[in-house]
Amino acid sequence: MRLPNPAVTASGLTKRFGTTEVLQKIDFSAPSGQVTCLIGPSGSGKSTLLRCIAMLEQPTEGTITIDGQPLGPWQDGIGPALSPARRRVMRAGIGVVFQQFNLWPHMTALGNVAEALRTVRRLPRAEAEARAIAQLGKVGLADRAGHYPSQLSGGQQQRVAIARALALEPKLMLFDEPTSSLDPELTGEVLNVMRGLAADGISMIVVSHEIGFVASVASHIVFLDHGRVVLSGPPREVFARPRHPRLTQFLETHVDVEASRLLQ
Amino acid sequence: MTWFLFALMVQAAGTTLLISFVAIAIGLVIGILVCGAMLSPSVVLRGPARLYVSFFRGVPLLVQLLLFYHLLPAIGINISSVAAALVALSLCTAAYQAENLRGGFLSVSRGLLEAAEAVGMERLQRFRRVSVPIAIRLTIPALVNEAIGILHASALISVVGVIELTKTARNFAATTFDPLPFYACAGLLYLGLTYGVLGLGRAAERHLAVRHA
Repeated sequence: MRLPNPAVTASGLTKRFGTTEVLQKIDFSAPSGQVTCLIGPSGSGKSTLLRCIAMLEQPTEGTITIDGQPLGPWQDGIGPALSPARRRVMRAGIGVVFQQFNLWPHMTALGNVAEALRTVRRLPRAEAEARAIAQLGKVGLADRAGHYPSQLSGGQQQRVAIARALALEPKLMLFDEPTSSLDPELTGEVLNVMRGLAADGISMIVVSHEIGFVASVASHIVFLDHGRVVLSGPPREVFARPRHPRLTQFLETHVDVEASRLLQ
Repeated sequence: MTWFLFALMVQAAGTTLLISFVAIAIGLVIGILVCGAMLSPSVVLRGPARLYVSFFRGVPLLVQLLLFYHLLPAIGINISSVAAALVALSLCTAAYQAENLRGGFLSVSRGLLEAAEAVGMERLQRFRRVSVPIAIRLTIPALVNEAIGILHASALISVVGVIELTKTARNFAATTFDPLPFYACAGLLYLGLTYGVLGLGRAAERHLAVRHA
């Protein structure tokens, strides 16, 4: 299926760590302004794919295009060098949220969100902090601005991490298993923030095991297994008739009550 | 023990504190340089830095003191015994501090640096704004430990003729034929100095909010 105006495409994307091929000639496309979810068993390569798009991992082969801007092509792990200026421009459009939050422990919530506004955007302190406060307000944490990460719950830390990424006003948000290290009762607050973002129409690519969230929010689903795209399409198409035996098996272990209700 | 002798003991404790403080401070500066060299990708820097650390951590401080005391005049550098002691103490503690700092930098989690990379911070910004502050916070407890270690190890510098706290106590013990009060007094003075260092360390931790690192 061809998608109109893709935010991200990858073609022939391969990533090898030593001799293990984590991604095998992936062809992938994420539509602009919508939520694309990457699902699959652990070790299927979905996080690696996301990290390649986030420019945190360099592919071995293939090409990635982000918002019309090409990265690569890579051949045998060698690709065209990106000038610092171009890298800065491309990075500015991408926000990344990590499984382990990765908030800087020596800065308050406000400091974490304001940091890049000051060091990367070079805004004056007052303006950076005003924007950071506003961003924290959007994730419902304006009253926690002065708290250090160690004084916040996991769900709150992840919301600060989302605010930190959003502060730079990216066109594309990447989420790498954003709720996987949270207690079950704390996943809701993070998923709600993500639902709000999806409604705002920002392009999102989400690696997630929360099938309920995936089924209700994703406009496009990509199922990976052993470094290959096994299935992709809108949720109804992918979930309604799980034709593929690996997907059926995967869903049997991951679908919860909420998801099965949504899928009826 | 008379008040006069006690006053001399306190004065000697001051000498111990001053020498230890100067050695720690010089050692910190050299330690930062050595740590930088050890973490550098260049073998030309890494090799000598490793050699430096293994020498100063591998040879007993007492031997180092005697070595410097006799080596420097032998190669034509005439310095006082205090200076020789300071050189040996500083170079020795620098090796330990370099290792402590290196441990701090290696403990900065990769994810924190990736987060900085993801928001577009350049290599130098990531180093300055993330690596350094976190590494320093992780290193402070080890630095306090090292300061206490040097405070106590400075008792050894009497072998090159520096009259510090332990040597003073020994002198008075020998001349008065009454060793116990002087050694007890020296012990209490060391204890007091140690608490002072611990207090400084705690103040630094509070100031930098180390508990959050």
